[in-house]
Amino acid sequence: MNDYLLQLRNASYAHQGRTLLSGIHLDVNAGEIITLIGPNGAGKSTLLKMALGLLPMTEGQRISRPGLRIGYMPQHMHIPDTLPLTLKDFLRLAKGFQPDQLDRVCQRLSISGLLSRPMQRLSGGELQRALLARALLSSPQLLVLDEPVQGLDVTGQSELYALIAQLKDELNCGVLMVSHDLHLVMAATDRVICLNGHICCEGHPQSVQQDPSYLQLFGKSVPAHLVPYTHHHDHTHEDGCDHTHAHDHQHDHDTHKHGDVEADSGERP
Amino acid sequence: MMWLLDALLAGWLLSLMSGPLGSFIVWRRMAYFGDTLAHSALLGVTLGILLDVNLNVAIVLCAVFIALILASLQRQHFIPSDTLLGLMAHTTLAAGLVTLSLVGNVRIDINGYLFGDLLAVNRDDLIMMAIGAAVVLVILSRMWKGLLAATVSEELAQVEGYPVARLRLLFMVLLAVVIAGAMKLVGVLLITAMLIIPAAAARPFSEGPKKMALLATVLSMVAVLVGLTLSYQFDTPAGPSIVLTCAFLFVLSQLGSKWFVPKAG
Repeated sequence: MNDYLLQLRNASYAHQGRTLLSGIHLDVNAGEIITLIGPNGAGKSTLLKMALGLLPMTEGQRISRPGLRIGYMPQHMHIPDTLPLTLKDFLRLAKGFQPDQLDRVCQRLSISGLLSRPMQRLSGGELQRALLARALLSSPQLLVLDEPVQGLDVTGQSELYALIAQLKDELNCGVLMVSHDLHLVMAATDRVICLNGHICCEGHPQSVQQDPSYLQLFGKSVPAHLVPYTHHHDHTHEDGCDHTHAHDHQHDHDTHKHGDVEADSGERP
Repeated sequence: MMWLLDALLAGWLLSLMSGPLGSFIVWRRMAYFGDTLAHSALLGVTLGILLDVNLNVAIVLCAVFIALILASLQRQHFIPSDTLLGLMAHTTLAAGLVTLSLVGNVRIDINGYLFGDLLAVNRDDLIMMAIGAAVVLVILSRMWKGLLAATVSEELAQVEGYPVARLRLLFMVLLAVVIAGAMKLVGVLLITAMLIIPAAAARPFSEGPKKMALLATVLSMVAVLVGLTLSYQFDTPAGPSIVLTCAFLFVLSQLGSKWFVPKAG
């Protein structure tokens, strides 16, 4: 594979004696969008951090193209109120920042009018676009996005996914991102990796949706092309089980037979 | 009168360092960390006397050593960070006081080290402080962008290729230099005040990080001038007088921010 940007070989991560991820093989290539999905606690963010080199893996290997430039959009960004920082200040902190890029990137993400606004006063959607702008300013060959659409409404989510797909084509970069909802992200994804402590299945979004292990994790919901957004909380219990939803799930596959999904419950791992 | 001028110059040199570094302390929520390093300075002094090395060098080395111990202790999860900092602060202070009493043959003014002793500022100290301030400011201006990026988000900075771990260590060394410099002026127990109060007072009037660092420096210089004058006038201890002036400026800034700065909203 000539075009590879990043590879993980048999990567595992254990924390305090508990294995969170094991046997991960991951190839990220230029011009390809890979989406990681999986329930809460599946290790999506952990895998992302291993790919970024932020977490030392317990086992396995990380191979990246020499001099690889990564644009990273973290899941959280809390800027303390004590730090006076405008959006412009924030963007200029990008390593290797070039002033002539600022206008272009800001126009692309429609945040030009916000440049003098303090970071603390950006709305959720504005902050997401600001973080994406910062990631773009490092002229990335690989974009790593941890739940890029969180906090956006459905329209905003589709728009941002479409934008990410366009940016991929413009920059010819690879994209590795975490998503909660496969249906919305499908159109903008080349490959889906379904994660739950290990890689359960992977492949083209359509084929993954038919995969038994995907169905086991996410249940058989209404086909995506009929309804743009499906909310998974409407599951029924045919087996008449009377458990309360105490969310003490062990993430064994067997406990998910009834199609219960916490993936979209809005909690953050 | 000459000693007053020397003290003023020393205070201003300190302000040049403590303004920007204190801003970072506030942004990074490291006030207790600074306090712990300051408490360890007394241990540095006694070790310096025992081993007969330059006291400033001894203070810096001791503070860096404590910072490294803290960094390694913070990797375990059973004791929260603030407990750990309190533990180290008072252990090192106690160790400093005990070793000081064991160094029998040297007469040392403990009060001078705890609360500052302006009469002890001599020309050699001034030269040391000038060199220290120059080095700190040059290094800080070179690492400014990376340190600020790491303050905003350490993970993001690391992914972008900033040497985050090295910046953190370097910041601790700079902090140690400031503490060594501040010790004679305001004393071990009041150093943190010089770092955080001017920065806190500057915050409401600052739109950007550089402005805040600059304004903190100016406020700190004003506090040194006013504090020293009051101390001379009313024969009060200099260090506490400077710190009280800082606090007064902080109160003014809080009141002023209500009237002059439009409410963010």
